[in-house]
Amino acid sequence: MKITSEIIEKHGINSDEYKKIINLIGRKPNFLELGIFSAMWNEHCSYKSSKKYLRTLPTKNSKVIQGPGENAGVVDIEDNDALVFKIESHNHPSFIEPYQGAATGIGGILRDVFTMGARPIATLNSIHFGTPSHPKTKNLLSGVVSGIGGYGNCMGIPTIGGEVKFDSSYNENILVNAMAVGLVKKNKIFYSKAEGINKSVIYVGSKTGRDGIHGASMASAEFDDDADEKKPTVQVGDPFTEKLLLEACLELMKDNSIISIQDMGAAGLTSSSVEMASKGNLGIDINLNNIPCREEKMTPYEMMLSESQERMLLILNSGKEENAKKIFTKWGLDFSVIGKTTNTKNLVLNFNGKKVADLPLNSLSKDAPLYDRKWKKNLNSKKTNPPKNYQNKKLYESLKKILMSPNNSEKSWVWEQYDQTVMGDSIQKPGGNAGVIRVHGKNKGVALTVDSSSHYCLANPIIGGKQVVCEAWRNLIAVGSYPIAITNCLNFGNPEKEKIMGQFVETIDGISQACTYLDFPVVSGNVSFYNETKNKAISPTPTIGGVGLIKNLNDMVTKNFKKLGNHILIIGKTLGHLYQSEFFREVLDFKKGPPPEINLFNEKNNGLSVLNLISKKLVKSVHDVSSGGILVALSEMCITSNIGATISLPRNNITLHEYLFGEDQSRYIIEVNEKNIEEVSKILKNNSIYFEKIGNTQQDYLEVKNEFKASLNELRELHKYWFNNYFKENI
Amino acid sequence: MESSVIVFPGSNCDRDVAVALEKFQIRNQMIWHNEVSLPKCDLVVLPGGFSYGDYLRTGCIASKSKIINAIIEHGKKGGLILGICNGFQILIETELLPGTLLRNKKLKFLSKNVFLKVLNTDNNFCSNYKNKSIIELPIAHNEGNYFGSNDLIKNLEDNNLIAFKYCNGEGKIEKDSNPNGSSNNIAGILNEKKNILGMMPHPERLIDPLLSGEDGSILFTSLLKS
Repeated sequence: MKITSEIIEKHGINSDEYKKIINLIGRKPNFLELGIFSAMWNEHCSYKSSKKYLRTLPTKNSKVIQGPGENAGVVDIEDNDALVFKIESHNHPSFIEPYQGAATGIGGILRDVFTMGARPIATLNSIHFGTPSHPKTKNLLSGVVSGIGGYGNCMGIPTIGGEVKFDSSYNENILVNAMAVGLVKKNKIFYSKAEGINKSVIYVGSKTGRDGIHGASMASAEFDDDADEKKPTVQVGDPFTEKLLLEACLELMKDNSIISIQDMGAAGLTSSSVEMASKGNLGIDINLNNIPCREEKMTPYEMMLSESQERMLLILNSGKEENAKKIFTKWGLDFSVIGKTTNTKNLVLNFNGKKVADLPLNSLSKDAPLYDRKWKKNLNSKKTNPPKNYQNKKLYESLKKILMSPNNSEKSWVWEQYDQTVMGDSIQKPGGNAGVIRVHGKNKGVALTVDSSSHYCLANPIIGGKQVVCEAWRNLIAVGSYPIAITNCLNFGNPEKEKIMGQFVETIDGISQACTYLDFPVVSGNVSFYNETKNKAISPTPTIGGVGLIKNLNDMVTKNFKKLGNHILIIGKTLGHLYQSEFFREVLDFKKGPPPEINLFNEKNNGLSVLNLISKKLVKSVHDVSSGGILVALSEMCITSNIGATISLPRNNITLHEYLFGEDQSRYIIEVNEKNIEEVSKILKNNSIYFEKIGNTQQDYLEVKNEFKASLNELRELHKYWFNNYFKENI
Repeated sequence: MESSVIVFPGSNCDRDVAVALEKFQIRNQMIWHNEVSLPKCDLVVLPGGFSYGDYLRTGCIASKSKIINAIIEHGKKGGLILGICNGFQILIETELLPGTLLRNKKLKFLSKNVFLKVLNTDNNFCSNYKNKSIIELPIAHNEGNYFGSNDLIKNLEDNNLIAFKYCNGEGKIEKDSNPNGSSNNIAGILNEKKNILGMMPHPERLIDPLLSGEDGSILFTSLLKS
C-alpha cells in the first residue's frame, strides 16, 4: 500500500513527525511500520506533551519500592509485604460504549497489578458524568456502573471505594478512572524489563481479534460528532478469561520461570513487545504466524494493533517452556512461543516467511517525540461580591438541598452493584472516609481512597492540585492509617491549546507542592488528554488514589458516632470560605470565586495530630470536613450511626452560614468521651492545633442550637433520595 | 470432619470458604473440576463465583462438569453438600435441589448485608442457630431470585425445607426486606433428606468481629458438630 499524506494524517502523525520517522529509520516506513509508529507515538502511549512536567513530581520516599515507569507502583507495607497499585483512565471508550468501556478499564488496571506478581485485593473508581438532565447521562451512568461491576464482581475482587460526580463539563466526555491494588511479597515482585538473548517470547491468554484496533490513537484525539462511529475501536472484555489468566500467571510465578512479564494493554502487542525489549536494551524477533488469532485472515497490521483484552507477553528462562505451557493449558488458555529476544536492538516482525517490519526499538521509545507545549497562566477566579442576602437562606433548607443534590447524595445505588465483601477482608466498605482492606491472615490493614475536586481546579489549578492531594491524605488519616503514597490520573482537554496546557502545568505544580510537603510521593499513574468535544473541554480533573497503612487494625476508627454524651470537636480553623462551596454552588447556583486556600503546614500538623490521637485510642470517631462543610460532615456522622448531635456555634466573627457551610481545608471532626477530653485538649494545645468544642452527641436529632432540629430518619431519607428518584423508572 | 471445596474455572469464593472451614477445624482439600472422583470426605462445598463465566446460564456448565457425578453420588449416599451463591445455582442446575434462580427483580447485581430468619435448625448446617433467630449475612449476586411453582413452594413450606428467609431487623418477613424478589422471601433451602443446603447469602464472609459480625461462624460450628 502506498503511504499517502492522507494515510499518515489518519494515523495521527503530523508532517514533522513523519519527517522524524524517516530520519530515524533512514527510509520511508511501510504501512505496518507506520501503524506501529502511530501506536507508540500517540499521546496515550508516549506522554509526549506531559513527560516534561511529570518528571517534576516527587516519586520517592523510604517506603517506595517502585515508582513510575513500571506496570504499577510498589510500596513497602512491612513484614516483607508490598502493595502494588495504579489508577488509569478509560474515558473515551466508556463514552462510546459505557458497559464495555468501563469493564475493560477495570480489566486493564487489574492486569497491570497482577503482571507484577501481586494478587489484586481491591479496586476503586472515580467516575464523572454530565448533568443528570443531559439526555446521555442516565444511560452512561447505568452502563458504566454495570460494566465496572460486571468485570470486578466476576473476577472476585472487592470494590472498596470510589466517587461519582456530575458536572456539565462532562456532558460529551465522561471520565472513568479505575484503581487497582494488589498484595505481593517483597521478594516476589515481577518486572517488565527483558534480560538475556535467545530467550523465548511467549504469548498467553485470549486470542487476538479485530477489536480495539487503534484504541490508543482514538483516545489521543478529540471527539467530533462521530463518537458513535468509533465503536469498533472499543475493546470487548471477558472477565472470566481474565480470572483464569490471573490464576495461571500467579501459579507460574511461584517458581523462577519468568524473566519478565508485561500485559498487552494500550497498543497491544506493539507496546508490550517494544517496552520489554527496549527496557532491557535488547532486540526482539516475532513470528506473526504463531499469534493465536480469533478471526481468519488477520493481517500483521491488525495483529500488531489489536487491543483484544486478557493477553500477556512473557519472557521465560530457557527450559521452562513446557512446565509453563502445562499451567496455561490447565486453565484453558492459549500459550504460544511467538519469538525470541535478540541483540539487534530492533523489532523484527516475520509473516509467511517474509520480514514485514524491521524498526530500531529506540525510534519507537526513547527517540519518540517530546513536546514542550506552549501554555499560559490560568486566569484564576477572583473574589467577587458574594450572592446578595445569602444569609437569609434558611440553614436547614440549605442543608437539605445539599444532601439531596446529585454530587452530595449517598451513593449506595452505585456501590451495591459492586461486590464489596468477596475475599473476606473488607473491613471498611464504601461510604466511609476511606476503604479498609485487611492484609489476608494478619491483623494489619491498608486504607484506600480516590478523590478529585474539579471545580476547585477549574477556579485555580495550583490550589486545586494541592487540595486534591490533601483530601486523599485526610481521608487516609481519618480511618487511622499512615498515608504512604499516591497514584494519579490526570484528565484534561486538548494539550495543544495553551489554556488547557496551562491548566495541566499548574495542576502538576500544585500536586507536586503538596506531595513534597506531605512526603506522599506519586508512584504510578496516567495522563488522559483530549477529553474535549467541539472545542469544549472538561474541567481539569486530577484524580488522586491514595494508600495508607494501619499497622494494627485495633487502632482503626470509623466516621459514625459511637455513644451519647460524647464531646464533638472541630480540628483546624474555620474561616468561613464559601466561594466554590456546595452551599454557593448547589443552593445559590453561584459558581464564581476562588477555592479555599491550602496551608500545607496546618494540613500536616492537623493530620499527624489526629493520627496521634487515634493511635492513643483517645477518639471514638473521626470524619474529615470536606465538600459541604461542617454541617454536611456532621449529618453524615449522624446518619451512619443513628446517634444525633447538638451543637452551638463558637463565638467568632463569621456568620452562621460561613461557619456551617464554609469549606476551609485541613479540618476534621472528632468524637471524644468525657474521660479523655482533658488529655486530648492538652495534646492538641501542645501541638499548636487550633480546635473548638462545638457540642455533644445525643439522641435522635441533629440540632444547631437556636436554629433547627432535624430528625435522623429524615436526614437519612434525604441523603438517599436523589439516586433512587433518578432511576425510579427502572425499578 | 473433612471437606472438599470444588474449584471450577471462574469460582472466586473458593479460598474464602476454605479459610472459613479451616478456621473452624474442618480439614479441607481443594478439588479441581476435572477430577472424576472425590477424596473421602463428609462435606462437599460448591463455592460462590462465576463458574465457567456464567456462560449459557448460571451454574449450567458446572452441572455438566467431570466432577459432578461424584458429587451427585456423594449426595445420594447422604453425604453433606453445601452450595453457596453460585454453588446454590449449580445445585439447582444438577437438580439436587428443586426450583429455579432467576435474575434479581431489579435486574441488577446486588451486594449488601441482609437480615435472615433461620427457619430450620433440625439439620447439620444450622443446628447451632437458635430456631427463628435473626442473623445478618452479606449477599452478592445477580441471579438469586428463587422461583418455584405454587406446588413446589407449598411443599417446601409444608415440609419445613426452607432454611433461611429474608426478613427485616425485627424478624418480620415482608416484601420490603426481600432484596431480589424470591418467592416467599426464600434465601436458602434444604433437600428432603436435609443433607443438602443451597443458599444465596455468604456465611464465609461474616466469621470475624472485625468484619462487622460473626453470624456466619455458627453455620461452620454446626457442621463441625455433625
